[in-house]
Amino acid sequence: MSSSKRITKELTDCTTTPPPNITITLPSDSNISLWHITLAAPPESIYHPGKFGLIVSFPLEYPFKPPQITFATRIYHPNITNESSGSICLSLLKTDNWKPSTKIVTVLDAIRQLLVEPQPDDPLETRIAEQYKNDRKEFEKEAKAYVNKYAKGPVKFSTTTTDGGSTSTSSTTAPPGEA
Amino acid sequence: MDTDDEFMSTVSSEGDMLPDDSDNDISGDDDFGFDDEPDPDLDMQHDIGQTKRAPYDVKFTVYQPQDIQQQQDVLVNEVNMILNISKEEAAILLRHFRWNKERLLEDYMDRPEKVLEAAGLSQMTCDPPKLEVIRGFCCDICCEEEEGLQSFALKCGHRFCVDCYRHYLGQKIREEGEAARIQCPAEGCNIIIDARSLDLLVTAELTERYHKLLNRTYVEDKETLKWCPAPDCQNAIECGVKKKDLSRIVPTVSCLCSHRFCFGCILNDHQPAPCELVKKWLKKCADDSETANWISANTKECPKCNSTIEKNGGCNHMTCRKCKHEFCWMCMGLWSEHGTSWYNCNRFEEKSGTDARDAQAKSRVSLERYLHYYNRYANHEQSARLDKDLYAKTEKKMVQLQKESGMSWIEVQYLSSASMALQTCRQTLMWTYAFAFYLARNNLTTIFEDNQKDLEMAVESLSEMFEKPVTELADSRLKVDIMDKTSYCNKRRVILLDDTARNLAEGKWIFNVEFSNPTPMPGPSSRK
Repeated sequence: MSSSKRITKELTDCTTTPPPNITITLPSDSNISLWHITLAAPPESIYHPGKFGLIVSFPLEYPFKPPQITFATRIYHPNITNESSGSICLSLLKTDNWKPSTKIVTVLDAIRQLLVEPQPDDPLETRIAEQYKNDRKEFEKEAKAYVNKYAKGPVKFSTTTTDGGSTSTSSTTAPPGEA
Repeated sequence: MDTDDEFMSTVSSEGDMLPDDSDNDISGDDDFGFDDEPDPDLDMQHDIGQTKRAPYDVKFTVYQPQDIQQQQDVLVNEVNMILNISKEEAAILLRHFRWNKERLLEDYMDRPEKVLEAAGLSQMTCDPPKLEVIRGFCCDICCEEEEGLQSFALKCGHRFCVDCYRHYLGQKIREEGEAARIQCPAEGCNIIIDARSLDLLVTAELTERYHKLLNRTYVEDKETLKWCPAPDCQNAIECGVKKKDLSRIVPTVSCLCSHRFCFGCILNDHQPAPCELVKKWLKKCADDSETANWISANTKECPKCNSTIEKNGGCNHMTCRKCKHEFCWMCMGLWSEHGTSWYNCNRFEEKSGTDARDAQAKSRVSLERYLHYYNRYANHEQSARLDKDLYAKTEKKMVQLQKESGMSWIEVQYLSSASMALQTCRQTLMWTYAFAFYLARNNLTTIFEDNQKDLEMAVESLSEMFEKPVTELADSRLKVDIMDKTSYCNKRRVILLDDTARNLAEGKWIFNVEFSNPTPMPGPSSRK
């Protein structure tokens, strides 16, 4: 009801004036509560030129409850869990801080900003956060290795790992291999 | 409480607790005696001079829901008048400053804008909150834009439709239990919704819950206030004892609902044991480490492979099933060293056995010591748990006694007093055992144990009299005996509590565990 109207409007806004570095697709035309987003890491971030898949799921109570967003592509980052379903630690998305008027564009902006500027003081992966603070060189090396391994080539949104042969046709870069 | 009044009032620990503003006095006075306990009415005058207060007593005040509301109203009105802001704004400011009026006024005088902003108030003043229909309005939350849509905005001007506002507030209050810090739904806006706007928007049921939550924050925000933990009790208690004082005093308070509890840790009355020891003791009792203790006292480890072995037959010649090591159960030494003296260990002096035996003996002694105290503690705890039954029985007895002996209601009140005394004294006795478990042995401990013994004997003999059949209770001699014993029990309890509380306040107890005693007082330190 009210939630679908709001989501439709946001989707229209996002497609008419797409936010920078972001492409939105709906995996199923009948379900507008599930979005697939391809986020190209901004040039100023160490994750450049990686492309990351994000899964956005709008709960029934949206916009009174925050959307759920996970990384479908693995990433080496202090604020994103280092596993196949990458949960994100973003204060904006916490129930206590969520405001119903916050738009998904703002959230995506915040996530893109998180790639440029990790928040090691509010970590999900403490080990990576420590490394980010104390051994930046090593951190960047690892992060880049992850980009090379997982974030190149066509973005996949399945919840399983993104390794293996690609069936997609819209390949842009070399397949994963060197890490 | 007529016939027994004089007994009760001389020893009651609650009798002289009246609300007053002077600082909490925990030192007590030196010439303590229950015979010259001050009359409650004189207490106020006494406070001007020297307080006549038992060392185990603390000052406290019970507040009922309407008192709590009134206190808030008084503060809100004061701030409202001094700062010339609306009552709603004053309430928000006060909550922001955790009801510290002085700090609020000081900070506000210095930099009003900053204070208002931090508390979630904007400086713009406007008319009372109202719902509006605005042409061409589109709600930013649901994207609805039909004609005649009612909308609402706080001072910040962020306007949303009434339905969205209601939904938002309902979720915050009902699901998240939020009240004092519900912000405007607009992104990045930290304006706090005030009570008047809320009343306008939500149902009466939700408003009630909102105000309940607000009341709760008032009590929870203040260090000197705590809710009575009794089920369904809505009272709060004010007491000046701070966390740092808890190693010197056991602040027992008593709610109007008659529930007695410790202001420090909210657990049931645990005088004379201080909170820290109570916590340790409860943990110890709940801990499985005691099972391990039992095991080490009832079993032995194979001296070679350390497998735990319980002896299941008479022969002392043990052969470990696991490693086939042969040893003597008695001395733990090698069996081969026993020569031909089978079944009869006469090798006590041998070195190979002594070390193993030492560890064994130590564990056994410590277990027995623990069990000694625990059994007595548990016994009184169980009796205390039966108190409810006992009290119900007492009432029946009183009715029966009235019928059979022709005594009036007033005349049988002595049974109720006896029952109360039994309950309170058992509660105290129970904790004396936990307390004693942690006491190091010295002269003070001996005095303590004497007091404990006196109280216990008095309680047991009262208990015995109390359980006599109604026919015997009607005997006026027994009645006098029970009254005397009741009074005696209460006196013994006061003496014990007085002694422990005074020594605790002066830091004289020596405990056999780490105990934080932050007050550098003269006399022996209570650290080990």
